[in-house]
Amino acid sequence: MTATETPTSEGTRRITTAKAMAEAIALEMRNDPNVFVMGEDVGAYGGIFGSTTDLFAEFGADRVIDTPISETAFIGAGIGAATEGMRPVVELMFIDFYGVCMDQITNHMAKIHYESGGAVKVPMVLMAATGAGYSDAAQHSQSLWGTFAHLPGIKVVAPSNPYDAKGLMASAIRDDNPVLYLFHKGAQGLVWMAKNPRSIAHVPEEAYTVPIGEAAVAKEGSDVTIVTISLSVQHSLDVAEKLEGEGISVEVIDLRSLVPLDTETVLASVAKTGKLLVVDEDYKSYGMTGEIAAIVAETDPTMLSKPMVRLAVPDVPIPYARTMEYGILPTRDKIEAAVRELAS
Amino acid sequence: MTELNQLDLYKEMVRIRQFEARVLNEYHADKSPAWDIGAGLIPGEMHLSAGQEPAAVGVCAHLKKGDAITAPHRPHHFALSHGVDMNAMMAEIYGRTTGLCKGKGGHMHLFDPENHFSCSGIIAQGYPVACGHAMAFKRKGTDHVAVAVAGEGAANQGAFHESLNLAALWNLPVVFVIEDNDWAISVPRSASTANTSNADRAAGYGMPGVRVENNDVEAVFEAAGAAIDRARAGEGPSLLEIHTVRLWGHFEGDAQAYRGAELETLDERDPIPAYAAAIGLSDDQVAAIKAEADSEVDAAVRFALDSPVPTADDALLHVFA
Repeated sequence: MTATETPTSEGTRRITTAKAMAEAIALEMRNDPNVFVMGEDVGAYGGIFGSTTDLFAEFGADRVIDTPISETAFIGAGIGAATEGMRPVVELMFIDFYGVCMDQITNHMAKIHYESGGAVKVPMVLMAATGAGYSDAAQHSQSLWGTFAHLPGIKVVAPSNPYDAKGLMASAIRDDNPVLYLFHKGAQGLVWMAKNPRSIAHVPEEAYTVPIGEAAVAKEGSDVTIVTISLSVQHSLDVAEKLEGEGISVEVIDLRSLVPLDTETVLASVAKTGKLLVVDEDYKSYGMTGEIAAIVAETDPTMLSKPMVRLAVPDVPIPYARTMEYGILPTRDKIEAAVRELAS
Repeated sequence: MTELNQLDLYKEMVRIRQFEARVLNEYHADKSPAWDIGAGLIPGEMHLSAGQEPAAVGVCAHLKKGDAITAPHRPHHFALSHGVDMNAMMAEIYGRTTGLCKGKGGHMHLFDPENHFSCSGIIAQGYPVACGHAMAFKRKGTDHVAVAVAGEGAANQGAFHESLNLAALWNLPVVFVIEDNDWAISVPRSASTANTSNADRAAGYGMPGVRVENNDVEAVFEAAGAAIDRARAGEGPSLLEIHTVRLWGHFEGDAQAYRGAELETLDERDPIPAYAAAIGLSDDQVAAIKAEADSEVDAAVRFALDSPVPTADDALLHVFA
């Protein structure tokens, strides 16, 4: 089903990120009988955050399977089925729930290929909702991609927009490795949650892929580089467009994948601008912001004409009350202030 | 159901025991210092299955090529009985490039996709994976079955209970096997589980449960045959608890002080001489069967020792496909 010509993100067929994910899954399911979906409320409900919208109607209960609240059992079952050549797409409702099934994820899904000396493949997708911003508090708001990116053996992707959501899902399903696909609730385009207009955008109708491990230059610029991922890309683009009018040219790098990480695109941008802001909705310490900093430092710290800035969740759990939650999230205001400081 | 062949059951138990005895010997042969489990040609933790052969042999007699097994940290008896190549397995235990996993897995992490065999060092976590094998078999329209094995200590893990419910709910072709060897390392069953029979727990999930007493290979054979036939016929999962005995330590180097006087009873509970007597084998027959097994094991050790060790750079391969 590889398209001869990759369709672009330019066009007028506007759908939500959630719908784009579901559309990619449907296209893969039509094409490959080994693909099936399972998770909590993925059936007639369509996924709590819309990731399996309309799949049940088309494919039925045999291929779009509602599970009991038994994450260890059904993620483990996904792993076992994947080792038998199936391509399961398994949803963990919130990434925060990893605590009840982490052994299957890290000791099994991530390690079987390595432990087996390459003899056994685990071609499964584990998708999960991430992110804060709607007062769901400490157990339902984390990003956590840094945690999983730290553990060898799992590809980790987090799209920021509908076009990438569809293309990355197709790539994830076709990949012979386990892929953790983290979608931000605030970027799904849900009718029941505040959203950035960028969560609804043109998506080509046909199947296409966005390669895992390739960052996108979401906006070109020459004064300051923002490296970020997921919903923070939308915020960063908002800031970049605003500052453009004031003569501050911001380049926004959407990493899209944390594993593998596209260091080349990051380094090329930093070499160009000499100024780096890393924005991350995950915790600050030992995470993505530090990793990007280390890559720059290991390559050539003299690329930076000013000390870099890290904007991430200070090392606290996500609080409930709006004032506190937005106090710790990397908001547009904080991104803008950091860019202004770097550009000055 | 497969027909019971006493001689085959006996021979397979002996084959496993001679393998384990040789690993035991080689494991300790060059440990220097002797207390260092990381030293020697066979390094690391070593969990041997002597005494538990009836469980593996009685179950695996009913399995055919393409059926799956997920085994726990003590996997050798089920691996050998399910057809995993002895040379490749021994080479893996020696950490050689010709091993099942090219030296990356070791004795607790054996993977043989040809025989749909895997094991995990994490207690009870093979149960969910077995459900996945079974899902795939069912979805592909085959009559293959998956067997999930773990010890009685594993039956108190959430993964076990979630898996039983899932398998019953989806009518999966799985047989859950609990090897009850009375000990979860040093904790006796009586200190971990209120119910005296894990087979009783099966009813709570809507599946049949059977407990086989006395480490009796023929009783295991009968009970496993019924469960596997049931799964193969599409009638759903079963639970089989086998009361067996761990003749040696939890791991090699385990002084087993916690077992007290029980240690002195172990010789008489060894299922292999007992079965030889039960089926009326002569001393000559016993010796010949043992010699045949030893010769296969000798060849496996030679194969392992003649195989290259991996390079440090090999560690960087196989993270991703």
